[in-house]
Amino acid sequence: MENFSQSGLEPNMRLQDRDKIHEQYQSVVIGVSAGGMEALSDLLPPLPVEFSWPIIIVQHLHPTQGDYLAELLCRRCAVKAKEADEKEKIQPGWIYLAPPNYHLLIERDQTFSLSVDEKVNFARPSIDVLFESAVDAYGSGLIGIILTGANHDGAYGLHLIKQCGGLTIVQDPAHAAHPVMPRSALDMTKVDHVLPIPGITRLLIELETATRYGNRAGVKTTLLEKTIL
Amino acid sequence: MQQVQDIEIDLLLEAVFLRYGYDFRQYARASVTRRVKSFLAKSGFKKVSEMIPQLLYDELFFEKLVQDMSITVTEMFRDAEFFKVLREKVIPHLKTYPFVKIWHAGCATGEEVYSLAIVLQEEGFYDRATIFATDFNQVAIDKARQGVYRLDRMKDFTANYQRSGGSWSFSEYYHARYDSVIINQSLKRNITFAHHNLVTDTVFSEMHFVLCRNVLIYFDKALQDHVLKLFYESLIHGGILALGSKESLKFSWVEKYFKDVDEKWKIFRKAG
Repeated sequence: MENFSQSGLEPNMRLQDRDKIHEQYQSVVIGVSAGGMEALSDLLPPLPVEFSWPIIIVQHLHPTQGDYLAELLCRRCAVKAKEADEKEKIQPGWIYLAPPNYHLLIERDQTFSLSVDEKVNFARPSIDVLFESAVDAYGSGLIGIILTGANHDGAYGLHLIKQCGGLTIVQDPAHAAHPVMPRSALDMTKVDHVLPIPGITRLLIELETATRYGNRAGVKTTLLEKTIL
Repeated sequence: MQQVQDIEIDLLLEAVFLRYGYDFRQYARASVTRRVKSFLAKSGFKKVSEMIPQLLYDELFFEKLVQDMSITVTEMFRDAEFFKVLREKVIPHLKTYPFVKIWHAGCATGEEVYSLAIVLQEEGFYDRATIFATDFNQVAIDKARQGVYRLDRMKDFTANYQRSGGSWSFSEYYHARYDSVIINQSLKRNITFAHHNLVTDTVFSEMHFVLCRNVLIYFDKALQDHVLKLFYESLIHGGILALGSKESLKFSWVEKYFKDVDEKWKIFRKAG
């Protein structure tokens, strides 16, 4: 955990998060564009194998690019990674990537849909399309993250996540390979956290661990109460 | 708040079905929600439910909705490699028949039908084929029949064509005029364009090859199953089915009646 010492995560930020832990986050969505390969390669490998929230990613790619990003992440990460399949049920403990040249959407029953609709923000897959449908599916149980990129995709989607009570995180533009996308997200929304990549990783691990611990504590308390009664 | 909008969308789809017979109720919901919302934003109404009376009484307003619900963005030789596989694995099989019937379901504005026609022509097989190209969107069908496209799209189409293994001069297949091109009559002569709704209409018969790419992704599982059954019944024994590369037979009972021709590009042969 030493590599997080420079994360810039202030102790008082953690306190804010404890207030939110009870909201029971269920899922993480990430939007990333230019410079994304490096950003994801820093962000995801430190996540522990027991990290239970599904992580759903739109990375802008050229339409003819294959699914090598999933393979790459699979090799480097403790958490399993794959390209999202149409109608696939979203499972805990997986990283999912949008296939190139398709929009990725999440249905209410937490399965994936794909579409070949027109590009949004000149992009297919579009981050806004994923985030908007994720808000419908998860409501306030959603964590939205915008990382490096050279366009404005994702700003509107992150705004929706915030509006619906989800947690919003943006990569610190000063540390991003391409600051335009993080900046346009920050312009539109007063986000919960602005952090460099290691800080985001650490925050995710802390929140997820706390939620799992909280769940167990909750179960214990209920059992205890029943026993007393 | 979200839930109220879901109810409104349910009511709107029900109204459209009862009034006009167009059934979007079994479409994958996330995409429908997106499209209804974007239609709402353009409509001048504030709430989805406010559009329902207008849809019931104003046919032109309904026609506009259909256009928005059926936007299919397509291009010539989309997934160039798929067309390469068509040349290498599907056409040789089709050539074993003296004459073939091909059904291109969900052809939208026709770019892919003409791509198929070009492949057939270059493989010396066009004259032995009849293509039925269908869509539920009449405006799209009319555009497909005209075969007029924007000139500025031709650059991408040409690159796709070359990646698909095309070695002829692509510009021979159309005439440019001002900002548009029109597809050559010689590519159109064996294509029949027709209105057909996969959700509510019945089978085509005795097809040797059914092509339906990136349509099933918009349907829920039950509707996918219904449409795959339609394709199964339309195909002759040994006939070929080609789906979009992200579509599959996995969730359908018809899977056991098909064998893989190309796993990656989701091409199957009816074997049972």
